Amino acid sequence: MKDESRSFSSCILPPSALMGDAMSDNEFTNATYTKFLNEHKLMGTRSRADGRVYLPPRPIAPETQNAEMEWVELSGRGKLVAFTIVYVGTSAMIAAGYDRKNPYCVGVVELAEGPKISAQILGVDVLHPEQIKIGMPLQAKFVARGEGDAKKTFLAFEPQK
Amino acid sequence: MANRKLGRGVAIVGAGMSKFGAFPDKTTRDLFVDAFRELCASVDKGVDPRDIEATYIGNCSSDLFEGQSHTAPLMTSWVGLAPRPATRVEDACASSGVALRQGILAIASGLYDLVLVGGIEKMTALPIEKVTDALGTAGDTLYEIPAGFTFPGFYAAMATAYLDRYDATPEILLRVGIKNHEHGALNDKAQFGQRIADIMAARKASAAKKGQPIPTWQDEMEFLRDDRANPLIAWPLRLFDCSPVSDGASALLLARADLATRFTDAPLYIIGSGQASDGGLADRAGLTTIPAARLAAQQAYAMARVQPTDIKVAEVHDCFTIAEILATEDVGFFAPGQGWRAAAEGVTARAGARPINTSGGLKAKGHPVGASGAAQVIEIWKQLRGQAGARQLPGDINLGLTHNVGGTGQTCVVHIFERKG
Repeated sequence: MKDESRSFSSCILPPSALMGDAMSDNEFTNATYTKFLNEHKLMGTRSRADGRVYLPPRPIAPETQNAEMEWVELSGRGKLVAFTIVYVGTSAMIAAGYDRKNPYCVGVVELAEGPKISAQILGVDVLHPEQIKIGMPLQAKFVARGEGDAKKTFLAFEPQK
Repeated sequence: MANRKLGRGVAIVGAGMSKFGAFPDKTTRDLFVDAFRELCASVDKGVDPRDIEATYIGNCSSDLFEGQSHTAPLMTSWVGLAPRPATRVEDACASSGVALRQGILAIASGLYDLVLVGGIEKMTALPIEKVTDALGTAGDTLYEIPAGFTFPGFYAAMATAYLDRYDATPEILLRVGIKNHEHGALNDKAQFGQRIADIMAARKASAAKKGQPIPTWQDEMEFLRDDRANPLIAWPLRLFDCSPVSDGASALLLARADLATRFTDAPLYIIGSGQASDGGLADRAGLTTIPAARLAAQQAYAMARVQPTDIKVAEVHDCFTIAEILATEDVGFFAPGQGWRAAAEGVTARAGARPINTSGGLKAKGHPVGASGAAQVIEIWKQLRGQAGARQLPGDINLGLTHNVGGTGQTCVVHIFERKG
């Protein structure tokens, strides 16, 4: 390939990029996301340039490389995009009491604000998956698992009431 | 998209693989020795292994599967190739497809003339829940796996999205498994060298021998719909929708194209190579296609200057039955939403117009994850050279394609091969 056929875009990252939300000192990391989750807040990041919302919270907007982000609390309302009923689960889900006789539903949920996230789906009839409908409206639910120091909050969804 | 070219041409001049299966008495190095020996024997005009200048080995996770990291120099040392450089390549289930691309780039760059590419994985030493967790590390362990996703679960979710969008039923998936088992029955390297009908007959015979009630399945579909014979793993995927847990190794010998005829009169020229990446499953605009696969295929076709209709045989990444349907659409063989019809109508069978996975695919041949990408190329090597035995396709099979996916599509690599003359 000849060199002149190759062009590069210009992109300038501001010095403040990647430094987190200066107002609250909350870095755009999983640790901060988890801290918010423990407070029963579903928090994503929002690009200050175009208002686009990211969940999981991203430090850099992939479409624009914009790194001027801020934290934003999401409504938790969304709809089901894809799902499965898991009969052979992860070790963590087996420890939480799920197995072949007690399978669980996990899916991809598209939030009202736009982004999609993977989460367990509660309150659906796992033995009749044909009754679980793609597009069904869902609402976020915060689930605590584990005891003592190992206690963690997990994001799940359930049908909107 | 720029139409990229290799700096120098590259050809495959040798290929070998171990048998795929569960081998309690073999570690990855034993399997790699099997693949390496078969590779050396496959070079028509012979090769002195000491002429191999560098090695790239795909390996997903020997760290977790057998407590061994740093596997590339271990493998090459064991076959006598030290002190030549040995590099491990890890891109989950696309590890050796990407190792192939690294080998190609190493020759195309002008640095080397003769390069070994390998793939290894030993998965059966762990109990199934540990295998599930080890494979899960190829997903996002912060935002996907804690939600409860497993690999069968990811592809099952893609299946629900696909079946919903295109108004199809889970039954169509079972056809892919039946077809790939029929192909695998003709491959002596396959983990499952049995047709589903054979498995069904064996179960009936076993029940009769034990004096148990003989199952009344009338045909393969009835067997596959039976929750006891074919249990759900992640609805709608059942056991026979999933590739097995496997041990195996694969190896390819790459040469600078203008030296290839020193090794064989029938080299496979690598005329197209594409690779793309992506975020996790939920990141994508739609779940009924794998965007990285589309991009990798477009790059490979553009480099090769061929069309999907030109390809005579393809090995695609059927880690699950739904994955084969998505793959045949993503590489452009069928329009979106038409892949399931093609599978149901037998178009993708060996005798069909568009044969897919004549080796048995990952489903029947086995899926030692790091070895699978290079092993796909071995089937193309055999089919294009007329050496595929009972499963050889008729006619002039001169163009082949491989499609190798890592994770749920965070990595995809596509290659196109041509036999000239």
